Amino acid sequence: MEYFVQQLINGVTLGSIYGLIAIGYTMVYGIIGMINFAHGDIFMVGAFIALTVFLIMLAIGVTALPLILLIVLIVAMLFTSVWGWAVERIAYRPLRGSFRLAPLITAIGMSIALQNFVQLTQGARVKPLPPQIQGGVTLMQGDAETGAIVVQLSYMQIIIIVTTVVLMTAFSLLIAKTELGRAQRACEQDPKMASLLGVNVDRTISLTFVMGAALAAVAGVMFLLYYGVIDFYIGFLAGVKAFTAAVLGGIGSLPGAMLGGLAIGLIETFWSGYFSVEYKDVAAFSILAITLIFLPSGLLGKPEVEKV
Amino acid sequence: MADIDKVGSAEEHQAPGALVEWEQRVAGYQGEPPFVQEPERDSAIVAALKDAAIAAGIAAALFLFFIGFRTDIDFGGLELTTRWQAFAISVIAVFFGRLLFRVLFWGPRQRGGRSLAARAMASRAGTPLSERFSRHSGLFGSFALAAAVLYPVIILLAFPLKDKQFIDLGILVLTYIMLGWGLNIVVGLAGLLDLGYVAFYAVGAYSFALFAQYFEVGFWFALPVAGLLAAFWGIILGFPVLRLRGDYLAIVTLAFGEIIRVVLLNWYTFTGGPDGISGIPDPTFFGLEFARGDDNLPGLLGIKYDSAYKQAYFFYIILALAMVTNFVTMRLRRLPLGRAWEALREDEIACRSLGINTVNTKLTAFAIGAMFGGFAGSFFATRQGFISPESFTFIESALILAIVVLGGLGSQVGVVIASIVMIGGFELFRDLAEYRMLIFGLLMVIIMVWRPRGLIATRDPSAVLKERKSISADMVAQGEGH
Repeated sequence: MEYFVQQLINGVTLGSIYGLIAIGYTMVYGIIGMINFAHGDIFMVGAFIALTVFLIMLAIGVTALPLILLIVLIVAMLFTSVWGWAVERIAYRPLRGSFRLAPLITAIGMSIALQNFVQLTQGARVKPLPPQIQGGVTLMQGDAETGAIVVQLSYMQIIIIVTTVVLMTAFSLLIAKTELGRAQRACEQDPKMASLLGVNVDRTISLTFVMGAALAAVAGVMFLLYYGVIDFYIGFLAGVKAFTAAVLGGIGSLPGAMLGGLAIGLIETFWSGYFSVEYKDVAAFSILAITLIFLPSGLLGKPEVEKV
Repeated sequence: MADIDKVGSAEEHQAPGALVEWEQRVAGYQGEPPFVQEPERDSAIVAALKDAAIAAGIAAALFLFFIGFRTDIDFGGLELTTRWQAFAISVIAVFFGRLLFRVLFWGPRQRGGRSLAARAMASRAGTPLSERFSRHSGLFGSFALAAAVLYPVIILLAFPLKDKQFIDLGILVLTYIMLGWGLNIVVGLAGLLDLGYVAFYAVGAYSFALFAQYFEVGFWFALPVAGLLAAFWGIILGFPVLRLRGDYLAIVTLAFGEIIRVVLLNWYTFTGGPDGISGIPDPTFFGLEFARGDDNLPGLLGIKYDSAYKQAYFFYIILALAMVTNFVTMRLRRLPLGRAWEALREDEIACRSLGINTVNTKLTAFAIGAMFGGFAGSFFATRQGFISPESFTFIESALILAIVVLGGLGSQVGVVIASIVMIGGFELFRDLAEYRMLIFGLLMVIIMVWRPRGLIATRDPSAVLKERKSISADMVAQGEGH
């Protein structure tokens, strides 16, 4: 039981990170119907920016940890957004209105380019960051007699889950209430009609990429602080998993992305906890395949209606 | 302005002189409306400078934390170093690069990104070059085949010192051509977007390697078996994804590719895990081996053994395999099956209403595409002599798909050109080992933006009414992933 609860907590934490990345995929897919393959690498870029900013903060002598974290988060979000914007501008916008596979190929090209750019400029070796936030709340006491283990909810996990919930709420409100959100939904339904009605489609799409990149940066910061180890290759697997999460939840749906992220995180954690660590990716992907076969539009997606 | 309503009215047209007058008047109204003032524009040079400055500013934001700072592992944690010089150089390079690009390519009057987009759009409609090219594609094909057949001979004669390296490059290019043709069946003809093609390549390679390890069979026996096994896996993958379309299909095939790789990596007792399988035998020539010794082929022919001859033999094997792939594909396109693939690509619902069995059509596409992937994998295993899961990562799938798309989906010649450009270019930058993956990625983006429909932007229809004429790739629903 204790073991189960602990795995549940770990799974929810991992799922939150996947969910944050998945939102970027799902928003971009919703608005221009393409898989932004470079998104996982945007997440990686965010993690690297966070690491550098963190070290700069320490170097100039800022000691208050909450202040550092806040600055790291904001700077990482800002600069990663520029990356997200630039990728869209260079690789996707010239191909707007082209056939579907073209932006997919440029996305793969961008992904390769980003990985290797970071590898070139920052080196191929992993970068370990010692844990910054230690301690936590003990939920269940261990018991030597019954063999029960200590169940702990670390402060880091609390921060990740709370940040995710707050951002998720904020972005849902943004999509639902603001003018930008309305423009986004309009472009999602019919870009041509939206532009006829005065929505700046290009700008809206750019902002979607910026928002996705900002969320990926948050995920990058969390990843960095939670695992403490990053390298230039973390984006690929995280990206594929997050995309799996987006598809699982029903692509184009924001709550779906979050739900899918949680599902993937939980599946992965429980699989490694109870069966085998090696095959955790197989488990996540198999679940994806099974879900899609029986529920082709994902958990919360709207079924696609095709008009003939 | 009051009489503008009368312009072109019926009465005026009846008078003989009126038409001339009317044309004159219309001519007078053409151009800019007289009362709208020209918006104040920067002069061309100022605009260009502004634009370049903006680009440099963005580049500064992008590069600051990557070129400006660098983190390295040091004793007792991470160390931060600054590289302001490199940072400044890269930003200035972007400034002048952008300026130069603008001056050279865009001219002063076009502004912003539109013109690039417009150029991309314009080039989609099949430029004369590519049209001429596809008209003579038969000729090109024969020429390319002749060149390929002669290639090892020329290399052996002309570059006796670097022959192995060049023939090796030829083998690599041909392997990717074969893989590209195999994937072309699935993506280009049947329109099923497959991101896990490397899985079948891996199945083929591991089939041969494992057969050779456990049963000690040779290449020529294992080749058809590997193809069949890969086709079998193609069907296994095909069944669950029959109902999926588009990007869902893409992600499931990607997942499938990863699953195969992870299983190969972790099933240590059977596949050797990350250690891979080594000692895979070379192919024989009708039972004779390419090795030293009088009983072997070079000895019997009375020539001195040179490993370059073995390379040349490999070259001809992959050339033959690739040509078989091409031949089968071209023939299949004329069979009802091939027609059904192309019909499926264009419209699945119409296909069903016309009584085409879409299940069988999709499964055969997967199976046949996978079979050629399996053949190529088997060849890869024998050429390398050693395989490990490292060789079958997603990047390989992406590379093969990139070759197919960059060449022009569904175009056989395009795959050849794209393979030569991509793989050959990749090898050209071997000296810049660190930079070449970066260049490779950027090249993929640039070629795609330049020619979104691929290098060969016209298609030969497989069924024609009266005369055969090539059509623009825009008319074809390629890779839409129905």
